[in-house]
Amino acid sequence: MTRGARLAEWVVLYALSIVVALAISSVIVEATGGDWWPVLEALVDGSIKAPGRWGETLGVAAPLLLVALGTVISAKAGLINIGQEGQLLMGAAFAVYFSFRIGGPGPLNVVLLLLFGALGGAVWASAAGLLRYWRGVPEVLSTLLLVFVAIQAVGYGLKWQWLLLADEASRGNRNLVSEQLAKNNRIPRPDIFGNEFPITVYVALALALAVAYVLARTVWGFRLRMLGHNPRAAQRSGVSSTVYGATALAIGGAFAGLAGAAMFAGGGFSFGNYRLVPGFSDNIGWTGLLVALMARERALPAVVAAFVFAMLRTGAGFVNSTGVESRITDVVQGLLVLALLVPPAVVFLRDRRRARAAATERV
Amino acid sequence: MVLIDFFSAVGDVLSSESTYINGALFAALLAFAATGEWVAERSGTLNISVEGMLLSGAFAGALGYHLADSVAVGLMLGAVGGLIIAVVQAEMSHRLTADQFVVGLTLNILVVGLTGFLDREIDPRADYASEVEIPILVDIPLFGQALFGEPWPFYLLYGLVPLSWWLVYRTRWGLELRAAGENPQSADVSGIDVNRRRRQSIYYAGLTSGLGGAYFLFARLATFDDSVIGGQGFIAIAAVIFGGWTLWGTMGGCVLFAGALSFQLSLQGLGYELNTELLQALPYLVTIGAMAIFARRVRPPAALAQPFIRGLK
Repeated sequence: MTRGARLAEWVVLYALSIVVALAISSVIVEATGGDWWPVLEALVDGSIKAPGRWGETLGVAAPLLLVALGTVISAKAGLINIGQEGQLLMGAAFAVYFSFRIGGPGPLNVVLLLLFGALGGAVWASAAGLLRYWRGVPEVLSTLLLVFVAIQAVGYGLKWQWLLLADEASRGNRNLVSEQLAKNNRIPRPDIFGNEFPITVYVALALALAVAYVLARTVWGFRLRMLGHNPRAAQRSGVSSTVYGATALAIGGAFAGLAGAAMFAGGGFSFGNYRLVPGFSDNIGWTGLLVALMARERALPAVVAAFVFAMLRTGAGFVNSTGVESRITDVVQGLLVLALLVPPAVVFLRDRRRARAAATERV
Repeated sequence: MVLIDFFSAVGDVLSSESTYINGALFAALLAFAATGEWVAERSGTLNISVEGMLLSGAFAGALGYHLADSVAVGLMLGAVGGLIIAVVQAEMSHRLTADQFVVGLTLNILVVGLTGFLDREIDPRADYASEVEIPILVDIPLFGQALFGEPWPFYLLYGLVPLSWWLVYRTRWGLELRAAGENPQSADVSGIDVNRRRRQSIYYAGLTSGLGGAYFLFARLATFDDSVIGGQGFIAIAAVIFGGWTLWGTMGGCVLFAGALSFQLSLQGLGYELNTELLQALPYLVTIGAMAIFARRVRPPAALAQPFIRGLK
């Protein structure tokens, strides 16, 4: 097949599955007496068109991208880390602990806070790494279980003042809430064409390029990929699966933790308004994992995927005003994700069938 | 003095029937889900949409009762509700070869959204299932009421668990299913359709989890809310892992985790606040600990969570 025909086929397949997903959502809305078209318009308005919204969307996309990048790294080493939600929460908790209980010198504070967040995520992921390489516990199970431990651990921390809880003066009558990050410690949010977003967006983009480069062009990245493709061959040629695997897991966790810290110090959208609150992670970790997997574990496509997922999130905020229950956006998002999974799978399976048929003919 | 009071409260909790009744109620929910999840994991698929299956089952159960005024219809529709999620999960991940975690996570989010949305629009009403007491056995002190004086859907478990054991260990289907979970390449070579067995095991998980969700609705809640399952599906997964991928171990995990929850609730009723976070995290901590300690002796199905695509290794 020519290149053009292939491309056309991809476009058609994607368009078709997206249309089907939207059609199913529209049926659900219409069947319950709502109007579908305004919902769609609200989604577009809320994510891009309305003033200030695409900045908002970028602000959500940044943590998603960071989480996804970490996932890409550990996935390249052949590790299935599905605990980003917990690692992100731990990162946020570490960042909060640092900013209110330790504190750094002036302008360095923000940087240190982010680094502490990365450390938190790395520690949490390394617990899974330790279990994997010391006791042989599959990382897919331990990372999943550690998510729920992290949620409870942070909940516990928010009950005690020497950990994360704010003192009474600054928390008012709220329980389970950390202090608010002081204005001069926040990540700057410059205004561009009426849109403001934290500069972590640029950091995330730069890191995406860096990750893509490191994985594709450096010895370390090559060894990591070798480990993922064929652990035995990697071991024979001197790549220690323990060292590289544990490092990859820790870096993956560090990215998630960094995302958590960036959400805390970057503000915007519904990220707790510079405070750590219960439910702070708000599924960003899970969604970031989805972003990485949708991008088929590649760094640069993850940039696009992160933006798309962020659009669905920010767009959801506008749906309520149409009179349709805003929960419908979860449904739209879920159906869209499922729809986007179909074209690659269909093409993959068909190519295999053709290759197989060709192989048998030759025999 | 405080300590003595505390221990006497613990004694009260341990000797009161309600602790065991509550424990059995939660344990049953976990057991319904964990039985199916166990079957699925034995075939090599880590089915994390079990949370969504439970929720979907609970909603479909409420819908069934709403439409037909009958708990039995509710339960049947609940099983169908779980099965629908299972079909999507299975077809997407084991026919179309999409990543099973993407599909599972997406389904979990999708189901919360969909049931929440439909609940607001339809607002189905449900009711408690009637309680059936099994004579003589119900009079056993402490455990009698908990095991033999429950809402009638509870007793389905007494059939479901042995049935699952028999299916997996004593039928050709079960043997093929386990082969698919241990060594898909060999299974494929000997003529077993690996992905088909995995799909079927997910359907089974959907049926039991859907039933479990509906059971929970009729036994405890009587009204649907999108937060009713609240992570119990993940505890069921933990129970399977805790049980070392044996059915009896899995059931042990369900009883242990549900027991801890019920113990905490009863103690709270007497005015003693335990460290709730620790207790909430307990199932996961215990499971991680058990895996770390017994990792050398107990191992998961060798191909757990690894997709099978013919010709690729």
